[in-house]
Amino acid sequence: MSTRKGYAGFVSAEAQRIHCPAVRLRGLEKHFPRVHALRGIDLDIAQGEFFALLGPNGAGKTTLISILAGLTRASAGSVSVMGFDVTKQYRDARRSLGVVPQELVYDPFFTVRETLRLQSGYFGLRRNDDWIDELLANLGLTDKAETYTRLLSGGMKRRVLVAQALVHKPPVIVLDEPTAGVDVELRQSLWNFIRRFNSEGHTIVLTTHYLEEAEMLCERVAMLQDGRIVALDRTANLLRAGAERRLLLDLDTPDLPEFLRPRLKGREGNHYVLDLPDYGDLEGILAQLRVAGIPIRDLALRQANLEEVFLKVMHGGQA
Amino acid sequence: MNSGFRTLLYKEILRFWKVLVQTVGAPVLTALLYLLIFSHVLEDHVQVYPGVSYTAFLMPGLIMMSVLQNAFANSSSSLIQSKITGNIVFVLLPPLSYMEFFLAYLLAALIRGFTVGLGVLLVGLFFADIEMRYPLWMLVFALASGAVFACVGIIAGIWANQFDHLAGVQNFIIMPLTFLSGVFYSIHSLPPFWQSVSHFNPVFYMIDGFRYGFFGQGDVDPWLGLAVVSPFVALLAGVTLMMLKSGYKLRH
Repeated sequence: MSTRKGYAGFVSAEAQRIHCPAVRLRGLEKHFPRVHALRGIDLDIAQGEFFALLGPNGAGKTTLISILAGLTRASAGSVSVMGFDVTKQYRDARRSLGVVPQELVYDPFFTVRETLRLQSGYFGLRRNDDWIDELLANLGLTDKAETYTRLLSGGMKRRVLVAQALVHKPPVIVLDEPTAGVDVELRQSLWNFIRRFNSEGHTIVLTTHYLEEAEMLCERVAMLQDGRIVALDRTANLLRAGAERRLLLDLDTPDLPEFLRPRLKGREGNHYVLDLPDYGDLEGILAQLRVAGIPIRDLALRQANLEEVFLKVMHGGQA
Repeated sequence: MNSGFRTLLYKEILRFWKVLVQTVGAPVLTALLYLLIFSHVLEDHVQVYPGVSYTAFLMPGLIMMSVLQNAFANSSSSLIQSKITGNIVFVLLPPLSYMEFFLAYLLAALIRGFTVGLGVLLVGLFFADIEMRYPLWMLVFALASGAVFACVGIIAGIWANQFDHLAGVQNFIIMPLTFLSGVFYSIHSLPPFWQSVSHFNPVFYMIDGFRYGFFGQGDVDPWLGLAVVSPFVALLAGVTLMMLKSGYKLRH
């Protein structure tokens, strides 16, 4: 009877786990001897999300990731991965997490394949060669499998780190600046690969300095500054709220027509820079210009990008 | 239960096995040089125990010194290299307990120490008739003493921030303790003051007990030696485990 109870309890815990956030941070604080690195972070990242953690150097991104990975201990607060507390249930928490570290680290004693076999073994996976081969193929490392990692170029070493983080097919994958110093081609193939994982249900948490990457890939963004979250929203919402949309017009007329004056924000060269919060207004503007017989020499739309939003947030504005 | 312990142990063994010339060949050669020089100079002048040639007397000391120094070298150099290159994260990210971590580094260090010790013994057999009267005593002292130095190696490897720190431990603690422990002489040949000083050196009991296993003779009773060495094993294993559990310098 008692075993059946235990079994039932186990199942219900598993059932809860299905609905738990992939990452949950509550009141997370981290004091280093001279730095207050994290000042009360609350954050939930849902399962299956592609999430970006942005912030200037020293904002606390890497500290946050280190705490998530058990490499650093929190001063206060709680952290869980797939519902497992990272200190009390560290084995399950670490099995649920794959981390691509920021530094290009490698063990000079081993080849790429040995490195991946060892990493599998650390997670209790003895015969993992089929998956290792698949990882190698997908990351373009097949012909480097028997090469010592130390002999590889920086970009290749980065791929090995990605493969190492994925040997145990973790439900949550954290990439800390994965594309720093990596060429465009690898960036593309890396993101395609990570996107595939994401589409298969893996949660991706990313820190990057390339904001266009975050904008392109991530559904949701948190911006960190001085150990605090200063913006947290869906990427689309941040873009919409954070920066104005502009219409740039070069008109074959000496003066800006009366009906456009309220929109005028300034001039850039021959272009009038006009406020255009709603793209739906564009058609009306064009029609009025046609009616007024004013030819358009050039027209451009300028959309907010994450970089502008980021800069605005970092300089004290609200997104 | 498939745990990462086996793999970590295997990796730690593979690490020194891949560079066997440096990690085993070199220390065996060093011991051989000591053997050649000291036995050449002293063979006809010194007889410590009746019926035991100086070369034979020297062998257990050299073997033990090799076991101790290499047990220390293995755990300390592995950890500092991993820390300095940053690849220590590879073993900190997986679901390994601090106990598994401890045992893997401890056992790998013992295996390296024993491999070198065995090498020195095999080489020594060419130079002297060596009896091995009480193999169990030999094993007990080799294990206990190797474990102490493996632990010192783990502690030093975690504590050190650079290779210089380790060299300091090696040069100012390990070397004096081993050289002044009766590897090359019986402490009975020392003046009374230095004899009593030697009794405060735990390495003296390690080597003396190990030597007792060979010849059935020593400067002190092997049970006394064991009574001195065992608490050191417990103490250093305890300190090492506490450091690992607290995450000192590994999980800040």
